[in-house]
Amino acid sequence: MAERLLEVKDLKVRFATEDGIVQAVSGISFELERGKVLGIVGESGSGKSVTAMTLMGLTRGVNARFEGEVLYKGTDLLKISDEGMQDYRGNELGMIFQDPMTSLNPVYKIGDQIVEAIQSHERVDKRTARARTIELLRQVGIPNPDTRVDDFPHQFSGGMRQRAMIAMALSCNPAVLIADEPTTALDVTIQAQIVELVSRLKDDFNSAVIFITHDLGVIADIADEIIVMYAGRVVERGSTRDVFYDPQMPYTWGLLGSIPRLDRPRPDRLHTIEGSPPSLINLPEGCKFRPRCPHAFEKCKQEPALENRVGTPGHLDRCWLDVDFKRDHRDETISGDAAAAA
Amino acid sequence: MATTGHEEFTLDTASELAAEEGSAHKIQGRSPWVLAGRRLRRNYVALASLGVFILVVVCCLLAPVYVSQVSHIGENDVRSDAVVVVNGKHLRVISQGHTKIVNGVPQTVFGGVPIGPQWGAAGGQYILGADELGRDIATRLLYGGRNSLFIGVTSAAICTVLSVILALLAGYFGGIVDWIISRFFDLIWAFPVILLAIAIGTALSINGFHHWFINISGSSLWITIAVIAFVFIPYIGRPLRGQVLALRNREFVEAATAQGAGSVRIMFTELLPNIASSVLVLFTLIVANTILTEVGLSFLNAGVRFPNPSWGTMIEEGSTSLATAPQISLFAGIAIAITVLALNIFGDGLRDALDPRAKIRIEHG
Amino acid sequence: MGAYIVRRVFGMLLVLLAVSFIVYLIFIVIPGGDPALRIAGRTATPQNIAAIRQKLGLTQPFIVQWWDLLKQLFTAKLISYYNGTNVVSQIKQGLPVTFSLSIGAGIIWMGFGILVGLISAVKAGRFSDRVITAFALIGISMPVAWLGLVLRYFFAGEQGTLSWFPDTGYVPLTSDPAQWFYHMLLPWFTLAVLFIGFYGRVLRSNILDTINEDFVRTAKAKGLTNRRILVRHVLRASLIPIVTLFGLDFASVLGGGAIITETVYQIHGVGWYAAQSIGTQDLPPLMAVTMFGAMFIVVFTLLVDLAYAWLDPRIRLT
Repeated sequence: MAERLLEVKDLKVRFATEDGIVQAVSGISFELERGKVLGIVGESGSGKSVTAMTLMGLTRGVNARFEGEVLYKGTDLLKISDEGMQDYRGNELGMIFQDPMTSLNPVYKIGDQIVEAIQSHERVDKRTARARTIELLRQVGIPNPDTRVDDFPHQFSGGMRQRAMIAMALSCNPAVLIADEPTTALDVTIQAQIVELVSRLKDDFNSAVIFITHDLGVIADIADEIIVMYAGRVVERGSTRDVFYDPQMPYTWGLLGSIPRLDRPRPDRLHTIEGSPPSLINLPEGCKFRPRCPHAFEKCKQEPALENRVGTPGHLDRCWLDVDFKRDHRDETISGDAAAAA
Repeated sequence: MATTGHEEFTLDTASELAAEEGSAHKIQGRSPWVLAGRRLRRNYVALASLGVFILVVVCCLLAPVYVSQVSHIGENDVRSDAVVVVNGKHLRVISQGHTKIVNGVPQTVFGGVPIGPQWGAAGGQYILGADELGRDIATRLLYGGRNSLFIGVTSAAICTVLSVILALLAGYFGGIVDWIISRFFDLIWAFPVILLAIAIGTALSINGFHHWFINISGSSLWITIAVIAFVFIPYIGRPLRGQVLALRNREFVEAATAQGAGSVRIMFTELLPNIASSVLVLFTLIVANTILTEVGLSFLNAGVRFPNPSWGTMIEEGSTSLATAPQISLFAGIAIAITVLALNIFGDGLRDALDPRAKIRIEHG
Repeated sequence: MGAYIVRRVFGMLLVLLAVSFIVYLIFIVIPGGDPALRIAGRTATPQNIAAIRQKLGLTQPFIVQWWDLLKQLFTAKLISYYNGTNVVSQIKQGLPVTFSLSIGAGIIWMGFGILVGLISAVKAGRFSDRVITAFALIGISMPVAWLGLVLRYFFAGEQGTLSWFPDTGYVPLTSDPAQWFYHMLLPWFTLAVLFIGFYGRVLRSNILDTINEDFVRTAKAKGLTNRRILVRHVLRASLIPIVTLFGLDFASVLGGGAIITETVYQIHGVGWYAAQSIGTQDLPPLMAVTMFGAMFIVVFTLLVDLAYAWLDPRIRLT
C-alpha cells in the first residue's frame, strides 16, 4: 500500500467577520496517498480554496477558528505554531495559485524568487540554488531557462508564469502539491498543457496532488478521486469514474452539465445551475442545495448525512433521492436536455 | 466610488474571501450610503471628533455673546492702560517699567509685559490673559476662530466645487479639454503650496483684485480665501479626474448617452453621484489643510491682516514675546491643533466608511 | 533611455517656461497697480515715476516684460524694489542654509516615517498601533509655526524651560560642524514632525494593502519567515509610492518651501528671505523664490519618474 501523506479529519473552519460568523468549511475529511491526485470541485464560496489554504496554514488569523485534524505524515498541522509551519510550507507542502500574474512578485526576477524559496529551506549557496532553478525551469518546460531565469514576471506569458509558479512550488521537492485553480486564469489550450504538466511532474517528483477547480472537465483525466463541495460541505465523494459515470448529487449533475463535451450530441446550450450559492452566514435549513435543486421534496428539509447510498464502496453523497430515480433523471441535466426544454 | 468598489476589491486572505462570499447576498440591494452610515455610526472616535469640531464652531459663533456676557472687551479693543481687579488687588493689564533696589543697587525692571491668564479671577476679563496691546486673548481666540474657520471652510468649499467641475469636464470630454485641465493641474502642482499662496496673496494684497466685475480690497479676507482655494485645486482635482475617467466608459454612462442625455446632464446626474462619496471625504480632509494653510499664511503676514484676529495672526503676534507672554501663541495653537485633529480623525472615519482609497498629499513647511 | 531623458528635459523646459509665465502673471499683472508708484514713494514727482517706469520696463508690451523678467532671473540681474539688493545673489547666500535644513530634516522624516509606518502596520489594531497612530495624527494636525515656537519655548535659549538647545540662528557646517548640528536639531525636528506623521500613516496603509496581495501569500506559501516576507516583499512594494511623495516634498523644501520653519528659527535660508519680502511687499524676491521652488519640483518630478522605473521593472520609460 502506498504511503499515506495527508489525512484530514472532519476539518471545520469559521471566520468572524463584520457581518457575522462565516462557516467557510463545515466538516471535510479525506486521505491522500503518495502518487495520487485528489480533485476538489465546487463553485466559489464552496469552501474549496479555504480548505486548501488551511492545509498550508494560510488562513490563520485572529478571526479564524479551526476544528478537526490535518495530519501530515501523522503530525497535526493545526497544532503547529505559525513559525513551525514555515518548515512545512514550501518544503513538505507546495502550493500553486490561481492568478500567476499577481501571485509572483512583480519587482523581483523569476529566478530570484525561486532561489529564495530554495534557500529558505536548504543551506545551499546562491550558485547551486540558481543552477537548480534553471534545471527546474527546464523541467516545467520554459524554453532557454538559463536566460529566462533573469526575466521579470511581466516578461513571461500567462502560461509561462504558471509554469514558473509550478517550478517554485516544486523547488524544495514537497510531498504534496496543492494546486488552487491553477488553470482558471489561463487560455483553454494552455490549461490542458498545465494539467498535463502537473500530472507528469507528480510522477517525476513522486508526490501527491490536490487539484482544486470549479471545472470538473479539467481534472477528468488526472484525478484519482473527486470531492464535490457545496456551501462548505462535501456533498459527493468518490472515484473519478464513479463521479463522472454515476453521479449521485443533482449539484454534481449541474457541474457535469456545464462542461462542453465532444463525446455527446451538442445541446443547444450548456446547462447552468439556477440561482447562486447560499450565504455562509445564513445557511438554509436542511439540504443546502435544496433552494436550487429541481428535484427537492419534503424530506430535503432535513440535511442528509454523507453516506454510501449506492452499491459502489467509497462513493458517498448527501442526497435523499432514490438512486433509481436519479439514474433515470440525471441525464436531462447532464446532457443539457432539460435546459433546452425549459 | 462605492459602486465601483466591488470590482476593484481584491479577494485576498481566505477570511476576506469567505467573508465576501458569505455576506455578498446580504449586502446586495443596500445603498452604499446606508452601509457607510452604518459603519460610521459604529466609529465612536470619529463621531466624537465630529462633535468636537461642531463644538469649536459653535463656540466661535457665540463670540459676540462672550463679549457681551463675559469679557466685556471687544476683539480689537486696545486696553494698554487698563487696570483690572483681581482678588481685591488692582493689577495693570500691561506692566509698567520701574526701578527697584536690590542690595542697594538700583535695577531696571522692564515693563510692557501683559497680564497672564486669570481663569475667571478678574471677573471674566482676561481669562486667558492679555496680549501686548492689552487685548483680551480669550475674546480674540473666539473671533480669530471665526475668521480661521470661515476662511478654512469657505476656501475648501470653493476649491472643492472648482475641482469637481474641472474634474468632470476633463474626465467627461477627454481629448483637448482633458489635456488643458490636466496641464493646469500640473502647473499649480509644480509650485510649493505655501510659496505659491504667499506669492499670490502678497501680490493681491497690494491693490486688491479689480478685474472684470470683481472688486476685492487688498485687506479683505476673501483674498486669503481665494488664494487658498486656488492652490489646493490639483490636490482634489487630480484624484477626482482619474475617477471620472474610469467611470466615463462604464455601461451606465453609455446607457444614458444612448437615451439621449446631454453632456451636462450626464456629468451632474450620472457621474457626480458616483464620485460624491470621494468628494465628501476629500472635502473633509482638505478643510483640515486649508485651516493649517491659513495659519501659515497669517503667521507670515500674508493672510489675515492687522488688526483682525485669526489663529495664525495670534501665533505670529505672540512669537516675539514668547518668554514673557507665552499665552498669546499658546492658546491659539492649541485651538488649531484640536480643531484640525478633530477634522483629521473624522475625515479618516468618513474615508474608511465611504471610500477607503482616497488619499491626499499636502505639505506645510 | 537616452531619448527618453532628452524628451523629458525638453518637456521640463516647457513646463518651466509656463511656470515663469504664471509667475509673471501673479507678480506683474495681478497687482493691477503700478509698481513704479510704490517704489517712488509718496513724495514722488510725475517725472520720477516716469523714470522708474522706464527703468523697470513697465511701458513695454507684456511679452517683452515677461522676457525681461526671465532674462533678469537667469542672468542674475533681478533687483529688489525695496532695498535694491541683487535677488539672485541673496538666494545663493541662503542656499547652503536651506540645504542644511532640508537634507537633515529629510533624513529624519524618511527614517522615522518608515519606522512609524512599519511598527504601526505590524501591530495593526493593537494598543501600540493606536498610540502611534494617535501621535501621527497629532503630528499632522499641529501648525508648524506653533510647534516651532513651543519647542523653542521649552527647549531653547536662556529663557527656555529646559535650555538644551541654542535659540535660533545658524552656524555654517564649514565653520563648526558640531555647532551646526546643535543649532539645526530643533529646526530639523520641527520641519520633520508633520512629514513623519504623514509618511507613517501612508506607509501603514500601503503595508496593510500590500499584505493582502497575492504575491505575499505566495511568499508565505514558500515557507519564508515573517520578517523576510515583511522586509523583502511587503516593505519594498509599499515604499515605492513613498518615494514619489518624498521626491516632491523634498524638492519643495529645498526650493524654499520650509519658509515657516526658517522664519520661526530665524534661519536665513531661501524661505526666510522670501518671508522678509512679504511685509515690505517687495515682489522681486518672492518672484525669484517662487520660480526657484518650482524649478526644484519640476526637476525632482523627473528624478522621481526615473527612480520609479528603477524600483518597478514593469515600468518602461518610453
